[in-house]
Amino acid sequence: MKKDTFKVSNQVLRSRLIVGTGKYKSFKETANAIKASGADMVTVAVRRVNILDKKKPLLTDYLNPKKIKYLPNTAGCYNSEEALRTLRLAREMGGWKMVKLEVLGDKKTLYPDMVETLKATKVLVKEGFKVLVYCSDDPLMARELEYLGASAIMPLASPIGSGLGILNKINLSLIVKNAKVPIIVDAGVGTASDATIAMEMGCDAVLVNSAIARSKKPILMAESFKNAVISGRQAFLAERMQKLSYADASSPFKGLI
Amino acid sequence: MAKIQLNGRKLELKSRHTILELLKKYKLNSKKIAIELNSKILNRNKYKIVYVKDKDKIEIVHFIGGG
Repeated sequence: MKKDTFKVSNQVLRSRLIVGTGKYKSFKETANAIKASGADMVTVAVRRVNILDKKKPLLTDYLNPKKIKYLPNTAGCYNSEEALRTLRLAREMGGWKMVKLEVLGDKKTLYPDMVETLKATKVLVKEGFKVLVYCSDDPLMARELEYLGASAIMPLASPIGSGLGILNKINLSLIVKNAKVPIIVDAGVGTASDATIAMEMGCDAVLVNSAIARSKKPILMAESFKNAVISGRQAFLAERMQKLSYADASSPFKGLI
Repeated sequence: MAKIQLNGRKLELKSRHTILELLKKYKLNSKKIAIELNSKILNRNKYKIVYVKDKDKIEIVHFIGGG
């Protein structure tokens, strides 16, 4: 069988699990959870340095960007201008061209503003960025993003941080079916089985933050997600049995006493 | 003397500072941050030669945890 590699743009990733680095109790816990997850790419945010606290520990002290790929995001940006500003700074900081674009439209739902997202994608692609785009689970929006040159499409499973799992499997499967770029389920994954379901549906990867960080034992949960993603991918590649509306005995009738 | 705005805070610099000297003053590693000087990204190889001027608006950012 051909080796199953996961590639975003020209970047080969060992793991199909991408993890966020927010919401942990400490940087130490972040680092341990990421290690347990087996992820080789993590999302990070860009924020002002706290100039008053000179001794504050830094994320980069715990997660070496030379060993683990940083995927800068635009979390907290509510229009394309803010998102562009953030990602241009991120590129200056680390030299990364691969970025995660998310332009939010609403503070309560953190639902993506697709008009602004499309606008920003266009500019970023033109500037040479490799853009992974957080988006609604709308097949037409996904198609448009691919047309604009997005390196990966990241439809939400459910609202960011909600842990509700995949709310619209039909839409997600339509997106998977139509896309030629990787589909990475982002946002709303609540527990390991949600990740497995996404992978079984043929998604290329899953991005998880809150489900790990907000669990009672984040390091154990990180490992559970690692296994869940591998498991779901294997099930997808193995091509599941057909569903039947009647029983089909597993033990042969021949030789029955 | 220069009155500047650094990460949204107003402050005064009594002597002339290059950007790199300003970073040192705040114990910031120039490799781990990015700077916007008056709304434009300042290329990191200019930190040594650009001086902070009166009324400059400087933003220094870094990576933090996020999803």
